[in-house]
Amino acid sequence: MSLAHARKGDMPYQVRSLYRSLLRQSNQFAAYNFREYAKRRTHDSFREHQKEGEERRIQELVQKGLKELQMLKRQTVVSQFYQLDRLVVEGGKTGKQKGDEGGIVRQKDTGWD
Amino acid sequence: MSTIAPTVARQALRIASRRYPSSAFSRASPRLAAGLGPGRRGYVSETKPANATVNIDTTVKADQKAFFKETGTRPQDATMPTTGLGADAMLSPTAGILKHATIMDEGSRPIYLDMQATTPMDPRVVDAMLPYMTGLYGNPHSRTHAYGWETEKAVEDARAHVADLIGADPKEIIFTSGATESNNMSIKGVARFYKRSGKKNHIITTQTEHKCVLDSARHMQDEGFEVTYLPVQQNGLVDMAQLEAAIRPETCIVSIMTVNNEIGVVQPMAEIGRLCRSKKVFFHTDAAQAVGKIPIDVNKMNCDLMSISGHKIYGPKGIGACYVRRRPRVRLEPLISGGGQERGLRSGTLSPPLAIGFGEAARICKEEMAYDSKRIGALSNRLLDGLLSLEHTTQNGDRERRYEGCVNVSFAYVEGESLLMALKDIALSSGSACTSASLEPSYVLRALGSSDESAHSSIRFGIGRFTTEAEIDYVLKAVKERVTFLRELSPLWELVQEGVDLNTIEWSQH
Repeated sequence: MSLAHARKGDMPYQVRSLYRSLLRQSNQFAAYNFREYAKRRTHDSFREHQKEGEERRIQELVQKGLKELQMLKRQTVVSQFYQLDRLVVEGGKTGKQKGDEGGIVRQKDTGWD
Repeated sequence: MSTIAPTVARQALRIASRRYPSSAFSRASPRLAAGLGPGRRGYVSETKPANATVNIDTTVKADQKAFFKETGTRPQDATMPTTGLGADAMLSPTAGILKHATIMDEGSRPIYLDMQATTPMDPRVVDAMLPYMTGLYGNPHSRTHAYGWETEKAVEDARAHVADLIGADPKEIIFTSGATESNNMSIKGVARFYKRSGKKNHIITTQTEHKCVLDSARHMQDEGFEVTYLPVQQNGLVDMAQLEAAIRPETCIVSIMTVNNEIGVVQPMAEIGRLCRSKKVFFHTDAAQAVGKIPIDVNKMNCDLMSISGHKIYGPKGIGACYVRRRPRVRLEPLISGGGQERGLRSGTLSPPLAIGFGEAARICKEEMAYDSKRIGALSNRLLDGLLSLEHTTQNGDRERRYEGCVNVSFAYVEGESLLMALKDIALSSGSACTSASLEPSYVLRALGSSDESAHSSIRFGIGRFTTEAEIDYVLKAVKERVTFLRELSPLWELVQEGVDLNTIEWSQH
């Protein structure tokens, strides 16, 4: 069964939905380093286990992912309570062009998440 | 005249007051208006008990309404009244300092690249600690009630995680307040215990050790011990032949750190351990910078005592551990005496949240070690390649045998402290945090035989789990720009560009 035809309740559907919720939740970290790490780690660990075939192992990993999701939900809230100012590497706050003309190019990576 | 004025004023007032619609008045106090007739109006409102009391319900509702109007406003959306500044600009005190270093409006918090000093706490660690900071507050040493049992179980689990990370038995882990305490405990404890038999009075350590080991050794010198401070080779490694020659029959302990905190070189632990074991000398290692970053096994390394720190492995500050081998048994005199917790070696109630956070950090480190080291290796190579592509830069320490998360580079003809000042948007250090307050050149780099100038112009970059590629690129760009700028200012650089060898110049005395 291909992923495209996955129905609600199927394992592939569940896995994809977990992946999406993990990424969405990771994005909620106020701190830049944690946010980037959470997104990267989610992406990399799903990629690492992409070829996993055994049903039992998949179940185990999904359970682990769900636990991580719960942790993320709690910790992103904590992170949002104690916001600090942004790091120098983070993008502009207002979205206005600053610096030299054409100095800052705003790009959006598409096709990642 | 004086009598006319009040009359005129009264008349004017009366005319003015007629502008009020009479209905408004009659509604406000119908009884008053009715009683006094149409000609007179009262200017005092009626007193009644309801006017003197605050209606709590409506007040609360009004407050709530006002509150809800304000909630959900993020700092970047709000404007502070009277100043016209955004609220987030008011929130960031460092913005003023960094105004010149960065493009404003791009955030102002420096990038953290000082992972050898301390690491940020992993959110997973915080998540493990929080329950023990709120609801589960039992004393882990209380054996009489459930509060104690649940905390004790969690603490023992944490101990097992720490032991697992270094391949030890949980019973061999002693929680302390940090690696400094562990180092003190190991060196002073072992030396004092075995001095009682009267024969052992010699300690061996190296010149590149952390301050707390060197200071403990110096303290033992005052107590009548002899201390050998072994020199290191130019790459920072200990010479095995020299070590073997230094071990005497009366040597009781050898203390050599696994990973150096300033240059990141990894000492040949297995060989040193084997040598010490064959000579029946206790071997202590300060592995604060190594645990959780490189694979460590106390049995393979044959080490008898090991110091571990919590806040170097993304755990909380204020906790560490000391590994004390049980077979063959290592005996030491405790520094802190008391209730006999932790096998009597370190009395005092443990801090469950810290110990549990430390255990969780150790568990995560073990689980993620392959992923982390691969990533840190890639970032480190990227940084090192970029920095060494600048002219007249050298890497300090051994190129092969090093922990990749620590990159120590000397920028010739640039003063290290001024470069640190110029790089205010990056949190860096020129050496260990303990000595960062003084302007002395690093003693570790001096021990490697590097010149004063080179030691002065070195900077340590620490890469960790949460460092991103974007940060490394930013750092490379910033360092390149500002090193070039500072060199342009320097007259020495001009001479070097002209091809003058600086060592041949005879500086005149003024």
